[in-house]
Amino acid sequence: MEETTFKKKIEVKNASKIFGKSSKRAAQLLKEGKSKKEILKETGATVGVNNAAFDVYDGEIFVIMGLSGSGKSTLVRLLNRLIDPTAGQILLDGEDIVKMNKEQLRNVRRKKIGMVFQNFALFPHRTILQNTVYGLEIQGAPKENREKQAVESLRLVGLAGYEAQYPGQLSGGMQQRVGLARALANNPDILLMDEAFSALDPLIRKDMQDELLQLHEDMGKTIIFITHDLDEALRIGDRIALMKDGEIVQIGSPEEILMNPSNDYVERFVEDVDLSKVLTANHIMKHADTVQIDRGPRVALRLMESLRISSIYVVDKGGRLMGALTAQDAVNAAEKGLKIEDVLIKDVITVTGDSVLTELFDVVSTATIPVAVVDEKNRLKGIIIRGAMIGALAGDNAFINENGEITEVIEPEAEVTAHE
Amino acid sequence: MNELLPRLPFADWIDTGVDWLVDVFGPVFDGIATGLEATVETFVDIMDFPPSILLAVIFALLAWWFSTKKIALFTLIGFLFIDYLGYWYPMLQMLALVLTSVAIAIIVGVPIGIWMSQSLTTKRIITPVLDLMQTMPAFVYLIPAIFFFNIGVVPGLVASIIFAMPPTIRLTMLGIEQVPKDLIEATEAFGSTTWQRLLKVQIPLAKPNIMAGVNQSIMLSLSMVVIASMVGAPGLGTKVYQAVTQLKTGVGVETGVAIVLVAIILDRITQHAGRTKQGGKES
Repeated sequence: MEETTFKKKIEVKNASKIFGKSSKRAAQLLKEGKSKKEILKETGATVGVNNAAFDVYDGEIFVIMGLSGSGKSTLVRLLNRLIDPTAGQILLDGEDIVKMNKEQLRNVRRKKIGMVFQNFALFPHRTILQNTVYGLEIQGAPKENREKQAVESLRLVGLAGYEAQYPGQLSGGMQQRVGLARALANNPDILLMDEAFSALDPLIRKDMQDELLQLHEDMGKTIIFITHDLDEALRIGDRIALMKDGEIVQIGSPEEILMNPSNDYVERFVEDVDLSKVLTANHIMKHADTVQIDRGPRVALRLMESLRISSIYVVDKGGRLMGALTAQDAVNAAEKGLKIEDVLIKDVITVTGDSVLTELFDVVSTATIPVAVVDEKNRLKGIIIRGAMIGALAGDNAFINENGEITEVIEPEAEVTAHE
Repeated sequence: MNELLPRLPFADWIDTGVDWLVDVFGPVFDGIATGLEATVETFVDIMDFPPSILLAVIFALLAWWFSTKKIALFTLIGFLFIDYLGYWYPMLQMLALVLTSVAIAIIVGVPIGIWMSQSLTTKRIITPVLDLMQTMPAFVYLIPAIFFFNIGVVPGLVASIIFAMPPTIRLTMLGIEQVPKDLIEATEAFGSTTWQRLLKVQIPLAKPNIMAGVNQSIMLSLSMVVIASMVGAPGLGTKVYQAVTQLKTGVGVETGVAIVLVAIILDRITQHAGRTKQGGKES
């Protein structure tokens, strides 16, 4: 995400939606700070979305998460005005869509925003190709062009060859691919996905998430993704907005939401998260002490003694990992007058920084020395110690590096002594 | 009671109203009558042109095209049986009456049904009118129909249309309203106009319902043929009416069976035509 420009694609300013007859009075009460329940009791109006304000940047995946009834589906429908907001502004590339007339709005829906629905919403009487081509067809694009685009769109989602089938003949996962292809065929800048994967079984859902991430990487669209599934939100979201009772309670990166819940509600929401699927090697690695390969074994031995460790990683001048050296081997080498290179253990196990903990358990539990974390150029970034891994899984922030960078070297023992 | 409230002369008012309508719009009604009569007669002439056996085969082939081989065979045997009984020409007259009234019911009824599905006000106004059309005894509007259109096939046709149209209207409306909400949302989200939404999604999906309405209209129209014959509409209905007045049970049953055969054939064919083919799956 770092390389993308932080241009604002969508700006939502104090958008509210109140359902029911006395929406004006309810809006007044809302301004006075009454809760959703109080307003329902006094006016009979339901607050769908309460004063939502957020920006979505160009090219990011923005996840809106909340339980059912939290207003997330209403909020996403405000963005293309399938539901008209009661108050507030919604700027799309700086243009307020709330003020648009029917014609302008239709144009925005045709060109700029694609939408994918929870229950697919495919047209059962149209073939897969006719479904995919729908958006272009109603714009009056020439038949040959639009069908070419639709076929290409189907190929992108892995459904080439299914053009002549009907939706009823496909499985749920494939139907939702059609839904995605239909939304992509118009080549919109923004993709709204309303619980798009919630109706799929877990395995297929995971495949679809992976494919969505791949498509996002290839096409760079701005995606607003609605889900009630926290794991899904953490997996695909660049940023997450958490909703409760129509209000946005917290907006932040997955790590921020997990590690610094802004209130009790968020905390309760995230407490059951399987951290092992979220945290990566970058989050739990410690600073690695190293010795350069051209030093003598005695230098390495002294270093290990002073650090009170029994092995050390050996790197070259560029910081690239060469291998590991145990204290025992270092002693032997020193006695026989050999170089470090001669006793180096070269087949050390390495992992990359973005591996999640579930992928690391096996490696870390069987390794005899701390596992090395390297980057794509094989430069040593840090090491994983079993104790830190367990501490991080327990949710102890002391063991977790913010933003996946080692900001300071945390020595748990040192902290304990400092408290004494 | 009668002394407390003066009896208002509703009946007189209505008579005056009808007289006025006949006086003022007489030429208009004459024009309509001529047009409708010509339509029905053209239908009869076309169907009477080929020999009866050839027409029976043509009907059977049509049945095969729209439905199944079994129904096609039934159609062939049914029509040949009616011909054998000697009711071929009256049957054609009845068929022409039924097909004309149903055609008009569709041409007028489907757009009204679509309009009602789009506008709550229209729906609120037209629904009670439909109730009235279906519950008012047919004889009641046969009387003014005679004043407007004279004795003959036209008042019978008009009575059939009034009685047969409501199911087509109602089921068209219902079919369009029953299109799932998320499909409507999808059409809106892609920027469809109202017409695009109707023509590309709602009406195609409402087709089975619309065809069920047409099927009902055909059945109701057939049920009107005896009543229509009382004002002079020729056909199998006339034969039934004569059998009743002359107490001829045998002829009554024969003609009754002939009507039922036509009813079954039309019912089976329209029922099958309503089912859309979607890759072997029926919606």
